[in-house]
Amino acid sequence: MNAIEVRNISKSYSQFSVDNISLDIKKGYITGLIGPNGAGKSTLIKMMLGIVRPSAGSIRMLGAEMPSEEIAIKQRVGIVSDDCFYYEHLSLKDMKKVIAPFYTKWNETKFNRYMEQFELSPTKKIKELSKGMKIKFALAIALSHEAELLIMDEPTSGLDPVFRRELLDLLADIMQDERNTILFSTHITTDLDRIADYIAFVNRGKLVFNDVKDDVLDRYAIVKGGQDLLDADIRAKFIGLRESSVGFEGLVDDRKQAQELFGSYAVLETPSLEDIMYYTAKGGPIYA
Amino acid sequence: MNIIISHASEDPIYIQIVNQIRHSILSGEMKAGDSLPSIRQLAKDLQVSVITTKRVYEELEKEKLIDSVVGKGSFVSGANMEFIREQRMKLLEEKMIEVIRESRDLNMSEEDVINHLKLLFEEEQPS
Repeated sequence: MNAIEVRNISKSYSQFSVDNISLDIKKGYITGLIGPNGAGKSTLIKMMLGIVRPSAGSIRMLGAEMPSEEIAIKQRVGIVSDDCFYYEHLSLKDMKKVIAPFYTKWNETKFNRYMEQFELSPTKKIKELSKGMKIKFALAIALSHEAELLIMDEPTSGLDPVFRRELLDLLADIMQDERNTILFSTHITTDLDRIADYIAFVNRGKLVFNDVKDDVLDRYAIVKGGQDLLDADIRAKFIGLRESSVGFEGLVDDRKQAQELFGSYAVLETPSLEDIMYYTAKGGPIYA
Repeated sequence: MNIIISHASEDPIYIQIVNQIRHSILSGEMKAGDSLPSIRQLAKDLQVSVITTKRVYEELEKEKLIDSVVGKGSFVSGANMEFIREQRMKLLEEKMIEVIRESRDLNMSEEDVINHLKLLFEEEQPS
């Protein structure tokens, strides 16, 4: 079952484009959408939400067509974004009064509980909030109308490490119900990735992979060794390679092959998602 | 049951969790019929992905160490006492091999080791 189905969508801007991306977001799981700045993550999410119209392709959310069934779909979607869509001059209490009536399943008790948990004062103005507090407020709104699909665009930017960890627990709580789905995007791979089931990696407007995180980390490997091991054929096996006067470090996407190739001559390590992002985004050789 | 995972370890996280639950069952700390946390609860408690804990339970089911009942959760299997004994024997064998290697390093003969073991047996009478 898919919570979101993106089919062959494209969108071009003068600076960059989203190029024919197809992507399934699995229902009941957490998907992390990762990629460097300007890779197309936010554009992709904005197209899912109907904020940006794709020039080609189609999107289905929770089994319904976007944008023709947008209003019904949005009842069941919670959105947390880096961009602040709220009226700066309103207090949190008044802003809530504006938003709540749009949702048929608005839960005032839940909202008040989250406001308390996140230590948000209802009388505070939106413009007085720090970036982290704005994210918390958006989260309180998103979690208070029984959304089955939570979409978060760069939720951790501006959040301190303490709340980031609390967010992990909060998201895991939501995922105790297997009907719920979470999609978040980030350009810094953080503790959030720890609980992600799937990782979708976007680079230069293209989807590099959308796969079970554990499989990704099994498949890729970081190889470290001395310069003498490298020749043209070996270099070609690397997705990204950083060479320096004291050796090399590179990323391969076939751990088994690398094991056979290098044996005990090189060190093989499990990469972090950040390693995979760095070497893929750089591509080719990097000279230090 | 305690499960401690290390993000710095070379072993994949799911292997670390499987090993620790398996150890709890084989050592007798968890007994037949004991219930395990749900897949999603365990994922939350360990702050890992649901797919990881799902894989853990699938592996333990394959080893016939646990049973999963739809709607009820997962339990330590009681049907497999033979298997558990076999597995514990295997663990014991591994330890014995370790003893043999260690005694070779100390230049002890087979007879020396057996005699020493006999001595220890006498000292370690079951109470």
